[in-house]
Amino acid sequence: MTIEVPDVWPPKRERRAIARLHMPEQEAAARARNFSEVNLGFTEDMARLEAMRCLECKTPTCMEGCPVGIKIDLFVSLVAEGHFAEAAQIVKLDNSLPAICGRVCPQENQCEGACVLTKKGESVAIGALERFVADYERLSGLAVVDVPAERTGKKIAIVGSGPAGLACATDLAKAGHDVTVFEALHELGGVLVYGIPEFRLPKEIVRAEIDGLRRMGVEFITNAVIGQTTTINALLGRDGFHAVFLGVGAGLPKFTNIDGENLIGVYSANEFLTRVNLMRAYEDGSNTPIFDVRGNKVAVFGGGNTAMDAVRTALRLGAAEASIIYRRAEEQMPARVEEIIHAKDEGVVFKLLTSPLSFSGTDDGWLTSARLQQMELGEPDDSGRRRPVPVEGGEYEIDIDVAVIAIGNGANPLLRRNAPGLVFTKWGTVVADEASGRTTKKGVWAGGDIVTGGATVILAMGAGRRAAADINRYLATGDLSCVEFGC
Amino acid sequence: MFRILEARSLAPDVKYFRIEAPSIARARKAGQFVILRVAGDGERIPLTIADGDASGGWIAVIVQGIGKTTKHLNTLEAGEFMHDVAGPLGMPSHIRDFGTAVAIGGGVGTAIAYPTAVALKRAGNYVISIVGGRSRDYVIMEPALRDISDEVYPCTDDGSYGFHGFVTQKLQGLIDEGRVLDLVLAIGPIPMMRAVADVTRPFGIKTIVSLNPIMVDGTGMCGGCRVSVGGATRFACVDGPEFDAHEVDFDLMERRNKAYVGFERNRLEEFLEQVQT
Ligand SMILES: Cc1cc2nc3c(=O)[nH]c(=O)nc-3n(C[C@H](O)[C@H](O)[C@H](O)COP(=O)(O)OP(=O)(O)OC[C@H]3O[C@@H](n4cnc5c(N)ncnc54)[C@H](O)[C@@H]3O)c2cc1C
Ligand code: FES
Repeated sequence: MTIEVPDVWPPKRERRAIARLHMPEQEAAARARNFSEVNLGFTEDMARLEAMRCLECKTPTCMEGCPVGIKIDLFVSLVAEGHFAEAAQIVKLDNSLPAICGRVCPQENQCEGACVLTKKGESVAIGALERFVADYERLSGLAVVDVPAERTGKKIAIVGSGPAGLACATDLAKAGHDVTVFEALHELGGVLVYGIPEFRLPKEIVRAEIDGLRRMGVEFITNAVIGQTTTINALLGRDGFHAVFLGVGAGLPKFTNIDGENLIGVYSANEFLTRVNLMRAYEDGSNTPIFDVRGNKVAVFGGGNTAMDAVRTALRLGAAEASIIYRRAEEQMPARVEEIIHAKDEGVVFKLLTSPLSFSGTDDGWLTSARLQQMELGEPDDSGRRRPVPVEGGEYEIDIDVAVIAIGNGANPLLRRNAPGLVFTKWGTVVADEASGRTTKKGVWAGGDIVTGGATVILAMGAGRRAAADINRYLATGDLSCVEFGC
Repeated sequence: MFRILEARSLAPDVKYFRIEAPSIARARKAGQFVILRVAGDGERIPLTIADGDASGGWIAVIVQGIGKTTKHLNTLEAGEFMHDVAGPLGMPSHIRDFGTAVAIGGGVGTAIAYPTAVALKRAGNYVISIVGGRSRDYVIMEPALRDISDEVYPCTDDGSYGFHGFVTQKLQGLIDEGRVLDLVLAIGPIPMMRAVADVTRPFGIKTIVSLNPIMVDGTGMCGGCRVSVGGATRFACVDGPEFDAHEVDFDLMERRNKAYVGFERNRLEEFLEQVQT
């Protein structure tokens, strides 16, 4: 597709005439059978033309929609003018992981949802532009690593290498501290590598971020399970760390606790996705097995990003039928809108307002079917969403070979075992001050899913950066008395 | 990368590895395990820590070559490396002075029972060890167990050594003799652990087993290791691996452990072909 891009930014009144550009993507039938990235990204011309749709509002509402306050007005106008590297610099002032967030943020509820253009039409494709400038910078090798030559001599331990930990590590390394990241798994990146699949977030992008941190002098120690291999107290005491940041995520899969959930063929989404993404079970010759779904029926229970990732992964592994079974209505699905659209285009079947009652299987324990309950929307519940209630007589049975449970994650219990001084909520999340990330334990900060429960990459990243800023303040003054929780 | 300090054969297809892993050596307690990857493209497999020395900075694991990964592992020698070793994982054994404790090991299960037997002895228990194997060559670690046990009974299925019969028959014998047993720890193949649980149940003897379901991360993140204990689903990697034998649903675990037999057979065949050529 060739695109006519005006040499200069057209006057505002003409901008509405430009239709929102759709990012090129792999054709649905083909991509539903491969693991390559679905979205292909804007070309330079497309990015400029799309950016030219921006009305340059005097008080840009899009920025209010951004959880980390990216200077969207500025970066979009730089794109319109063709200054892509500069645009990337502006984004990175507020977002340390733009190539990732540009791909996985729920933009429709954030910046794009707040764009004035949505009143009469479609918003500027801010997410696609963010992704474009970040990719431009990475692929052109322009990314600058600015680490002060002068070291502060302060040592900081980051626990967990997901977006919260990586963002925190970035800012602390930039401040000249010696940063060590401890990760329980053998690979770095948290949910970005074990959860979100290659076709949505190529691992190469996560690796590039981590390589950048390595160049800044950040040390990574894999296979280090804090709470088991060593403890927070040992890090602060014996190992001489001046501060510890906990970004351990929400890695405890929830199950439905209905009959038959332990049959072979019933997976948590975490297990299904980890086998495929982290352990590369989709590659020929992989040493880690996954249920051979070729020609089989796979049902994924849930309506979030995790459910979409699992169901689309099942299709790519060769499932004959891959369906989403969700107890509420489509509008209530927490998944990104783009993922829902992509899933439908790829042939995923949506069974909405449907809840599982039980699973059944063969005598030797293999799943064969699920008993389902048709639901309808009743009165609103605490969250304000209309609560699904069973339809009388709406029970039926379907044949399935694999079930994937994607109904959310609780807080991982390992850290709790050996963490005197930390206070946990009844959901197992760490109690921490929202603005500073301070926990109830001196010298320990926390952020991301371990504090909020399963949320988003951008929120985890933002929390990591706020904690880094607070840790910097503390290290500058060295006064622990002012880092009491909530002070 | 984790350096192998020592590698030696204990029985046909069973090998002992001493691995340099200072932080794990310092933190580990009896009953805990590690997750190990042989190579950069390897699967993650759980192995119980059979021994360790904090000051020497090493841990030991004992590996039975069954599938591709364990057979590959058993080709490694001292001076070579394991790609990843994470741990110690799981809950430590619950150790106190129970009185008389019987540690039962079947096959490589003996290696897993050993550190807990040591800890039980140190805690003041009278320790009886029963070690089983198909034949004489498969009875492992008997000398080490003799050092820390008050009584040791090797058993072989074919009678080539020690007591002729299963470990459960020896255990039943002790009970029939009127010996008072306060704790039984049984580690080995599922049928053996189930049989031990059946022997002790009528007598109400507290019985602990160490479960080895299929695992991936070993940190509670995937739920692949789930087992049913007392009717409730538990994650063996964080809640276990040791559980009350009388509460464990062994049938369920036995079925779940067969989930990938076909896959594993194929990988093993490929590997054996590769090794031969
Ligand atoms: C399948 C899936 C799809 C998702 N899709 C999206 C999406 O499209 N958009 C979006 O915004 N969000 C998405 N999310 C949510 C998002 O990924 C998380 O909110 C985010 O990753 C949380 O970041 P974090 O840094 O807090 O934790 P995590 O990314 O979970 O990282 C925590 C890390 O800490 C490690 N760790 C845990 N315990 C220990 C310990 N004791 N010692 C050492 N290390 C430890 C873990 O192994 C892990 O690597 C998705 C989540 C999943 C599961
Ligand atoms: S092995 Fe994944 S939760 Fe236990």
